Amino acid sequence: MSVPAIILTYLAAAAGTLLLGLAAKWFDRKVTARVQYRKGPPWYQPVADVLKLLHKETLVPSTGRGAGFLIAPAIALGATALAAAMLWAPLFAHEGSFLGDLIVVIYLLVIPPLATILGASASGSPHAAVGASREMKLILAYELPFVLALLVGVIHSGWTLQLGKMAADQQGQAGATLYSISGVLAMIVAILAVQAKLGQVPFDLAEAECEIMSGVFVEYSGPPLALIYISRAMLLATLPLLLILVFWGGLKLTLTGVPAFLGKYLLLLTLVTLIRNTNPRLRIDQAVRFFWLGLTPLAVLAAVLALVGRYKGLSWL
Amino acid sequence: MSHKTMINIGPFHPLQEEAEFFQLYVDGERVVDVDVRISYNHRGIEKLDESKTFDQVPFVVERVCGICSASHPLAYVQAVEDIAHVQVPERALYLRTIVNELERIHSHLLWVGLAGHFLGYNTVFMWAWKYREPILDALEVATGSRVNYANCKIGGVRRDMTDEQLKEIDRLATESYGPVEMLTKAVIDDPVLHARLKNVGVLSKADARAYGATGPTGRGSGLPIDVRRDDPYAAYDRIDWQVHYEESGDVFAKAKVRLLETLEAVKIIQRAVRAIPGGEIDAKVQNIPPGEAVGHVEAPRGETFHYVRSDGSNYPVRHKVRAPSFNNIPTFKASCIGQEIADVAITLASVDPCYSCTERMCAAVDAESGRRMFDFAQLVKLSQEKTQRLRRQL
Repeated sequence: MSVPAIILTYLAAAAGTLLLGLAAKWFDRKVTARVQYRKGPPWYQPVADVLKLLHKETLVPSTGRGAGFLIAPAIALGATALAAAMLWAPLFAHEGSFLGDLIVVIYLLVIPPLATILGASASGSPHAAVGASREMKLILAYELPFVLALLVGVIHSGWTLQLGKMAADQQGQAGATLYSISGVLAMIVAILAVQAKLGQVPFDLAEAECEIMSGVFVEYSGPPLALIYISRAMLLATLPLLLILVFWGGLKLTLTGVPAFLGKYLLLLTLVTLIRNTNPRLRIDQAVRFFWLGLTPLAVLAAVLALVGRYKGLSWL
Repeated sequence: MSHKTMINIGPFHPLQEEAEFFQLYVDGERVVDVDVRISYNHRGIEKLDESKTFDQVPFVVERVCGICSASHPLAYVQAVEDIAHVQVPERALYLRTIVNELERIHSHLLWVGLAGHFLGYNTVFMWAWKYREPILDALEVATGSRVNYANCKIGGVRRDMTDEQLKEIDRLATESYGPVEMLTKAVIDDPVLHARLKNVGVLSKADARAYGATGPTGRGSGLPIDVRRDDPYAAYDRIDWQVHYEESGDVFAKAKVRLLETLEAVKIIQRAVRAIPGGEIDAKVQNIPPGEAVGHVEAPRGETFHYVRSDGSNYPVRHKVRAPSFNNIPTFKASCIGQEIADVAITLASVDPCYSCTERMCAAVDAESGRRMFDFAQLVKLSQEKTQRLRRQL
């Protein structure tokens, strides 16, 4: 592919993710509402929310540092959009990925929380400071098990770090990584880490509405808040893609493959939403302990099982 | 890092629906001191009552709190009945009991929902409030209104209930037993809730006694005090029921006490509806002699205390209200310090505080001359000086 074609593809992917993200946000809200005996918003509600925010005034707190405060949401949005584009490319064409793009995606997915911390610290609000410190601890907590879980996918597909190849490998003889013991364990770890990456209950302690008044975002208003909302929505749409690519065989462009992909996608979204609605918020020390002492050993076990399976030829491990 | 920062909860904060102000002095995430400031919404109800006749006051005091709008009038009415030495008819006592227990159910379910919301558990919030709806319907059947029941009057109750009404109340209460039991089990068995609520915001038995904690706050800390049992009023001594209490004093204990009390309240209503005698509902009090008396009622949050003094005229000369939150709010000094910010939110909520009931006005009065020592301008000046002093400290 020529360079302009690649750029065009990436832009189209980012725009598509935006739409998908808003739809995913609506889906999330609708499922939440049904779980709680409510009706839920109409389908265009997330769009209306964003449009309304775009019309509002941008306020920068007098205690804050304007540049860092305002640029942070843009950084988060950019990183999310790029990560999304890099996930769409191998979904549609296996050769659309390059060697090591998994690692780049992992890096890109760390940038939104870092940008959140930057923006929160720049706002100069004590509530945001508490939120930022929690977000920092949370990244340290979930990043290790998350990467270990992805490693299981890497091992299963023969040590390739190329997302396209991973998907192609799972669509071949070997079958999806998820259909093995290590795959299931890794998927559980990855879904819980995704929950934390999305800042959803039980890991929404950086926002914690009733304790620190949405913490890291407390000072944001108007268009910057809209950017945060959009990048959150895009992240919600993107992370299930990563899980499907790494653990669940990617997208097969066939008559049965597309509905199967959609089913998997909706299933993952529903799962994320249900976890959010059936748990209270954890405290930061509990969250860190949960990831380090609970999920990290589980992810290590999954990786070991995957290694044993690979070298003993036991694909069900 | 040892840097004391101040985190404000209030005066407007998503934690609570009323204006309140907690200044948490935190070291990292740990709270080292807490400053409680209330009285943002003083309404002068006691003074207002002195300009109302004895019959009108119940309608004012039921607006002390939108949730305890059966307890406050009842406490007042009992005080006045004590002054006038009235023997209230049996049937009226039972009717009072039914309305007061319905109020307890709806108040406790409201708290459970809010507590869930404070923990980010919005499903519990919505479910608890859904199950609260039939109880509000039952209150409407009983009194014609979902809030502010206008039910009590001196000497009895204002309206009788027909057998159909009583049956409907019994049905609504009985039907809500199952869902409330389910909610109780869901809360008591949830391991994540255990992690968030157990050993959090512990109020020891000694502290609870020292601060005079009442209601579920005291009962959660191992003080089995309950006005309904200790100094029975209405029909509580004629019905078989039990006081629930827990020893551990943490937020979980308070939640458990409230949920079990809700179930107990359903049973009380069922028994009251079955045992209610026929007859008069009003002792038809003619006049109130001079004298003074107190009335107290176990409101959902604890003991509501009313003092009334009469000089033989139509109006109470003095009416004093002490809502349970007045005792319970200071316990934050014992239960919040040493907690993390995340736990303080739920600890503050665990006493089910009600600020506007507790608001009161203070005046610094010179004891000898009886004159006020500060006027408004002087107080503003004092406040500004304090703000500057605080700014310098930060």
